[in-house]
Amino acid sequence: MATDTMTNQHVAAHGGHDDHEHHDMTGTKMYAFWVYLMSDLIIFGSLFATYGVLHNGTAGGPGGKDIFELDFVLIETFLLLFSSFTYGLAVLAMHKDKVKQVIGWLVVTFACGAGFVGMEIYEFHHLILEGLGPDRSAFLSSFFALVGTHGLHVSFGLLWMAIMLIQLSTKGLTDMTRPRIMCLSLFWHFLDIVWICVFTFVYLMGAL
Amino acid sequence: MSHSHDHDSHSHGSTKSYIIGLILSILLTIVPFGMVMKGGFDETFVVIAIAILAVCQVLIQLILFMHLNLKTQEGRDSGSFVFFTAVILVLVIGGTLWIMYHLNLNLM
Repeated sequence: MATDTMTNQHVAAHGGHDDHEHHDMTGTKMYAFWVYLMSDLIIFGSLFATYGVLHNGTAGGPGGKDIFELDFVLIETFLLLFSSFTYGLAVLAMHKDKVKQVIGWLVVTFACGAGFVGMEIYEFHHLILEGLGPDRSAFLSSFFALVGTHGLHVSFGLLWMAIMLIQLSTKGLTDMTRPRIMCLSLFWHFLDIVWICVFTFVYLMGAL
Repeated sequence: MSHSHDHDSHSHGSTKSYIIGLILSILLTIVPFGMVMKGGFDETFVVIAIAILAVCQVLIQLILFMHLNLKTQEGRDSGSFVFFTAVILVLVIGGTLWIMYHLNLNLM
């Protein structure tokens, strides 16, 4: 819908009144997405608070010191950080109207994100096999809830990214796909920021 | 068109700002991991230090990756919302920990 109108406008009266309106629309979308992100942040905040209260409730089971493997977490952290960076490069390529570059960087981002989720699934699987699932203690319940919620967010981000890759290759960079790329970029950077808090307050402080 | 281009490059960063963000983030990740993995530091010191480093990294990524700023109207709008959320978070997390800690002590 918006594609046709915009191309017409660019040919006819370019940079006119409607261009402004379009820009305001994108601005409104981005602001609304910030509102969503911040409400999501409250969820994470509550889970952090829950973890903070329950992290000593190990019920005679192992604590963070016994189960956290920091070198493993460090690799996860770098994967997510690097994917956040490559997504930024995708956005820059988008502003230069280079669809192929956008797709390329999104594929790199997707691969790093998938690596992160894969490592987290491995970690959870490993813990559950050892009998240290979320049912073992209050500490592990809150740990799985917090880290699992973050992992689910990343997984849905990957789903969104896969859909964007399909849309980009079929529709290209349009006024419909651009705001979506921008919203996903906010979402992806946001998840990296939440992960900073996870590795600091859960893994590092737990391993002390 | 050149107008909106100016605006875009302003609010969406440049390759340079992303690289600076990446390098600073790597440093602010390696240092706390190093402090905990190597050990030998005073525990209270490490807790305070890694918390401060985490806050720094969050701020750096908010500014350099998410382009939060106080220069544009859009930046101020989302910025004030982020600040408001931060206040709520302090109340939720701080309040929870405070109340539950004392409840725990009283039930001992």
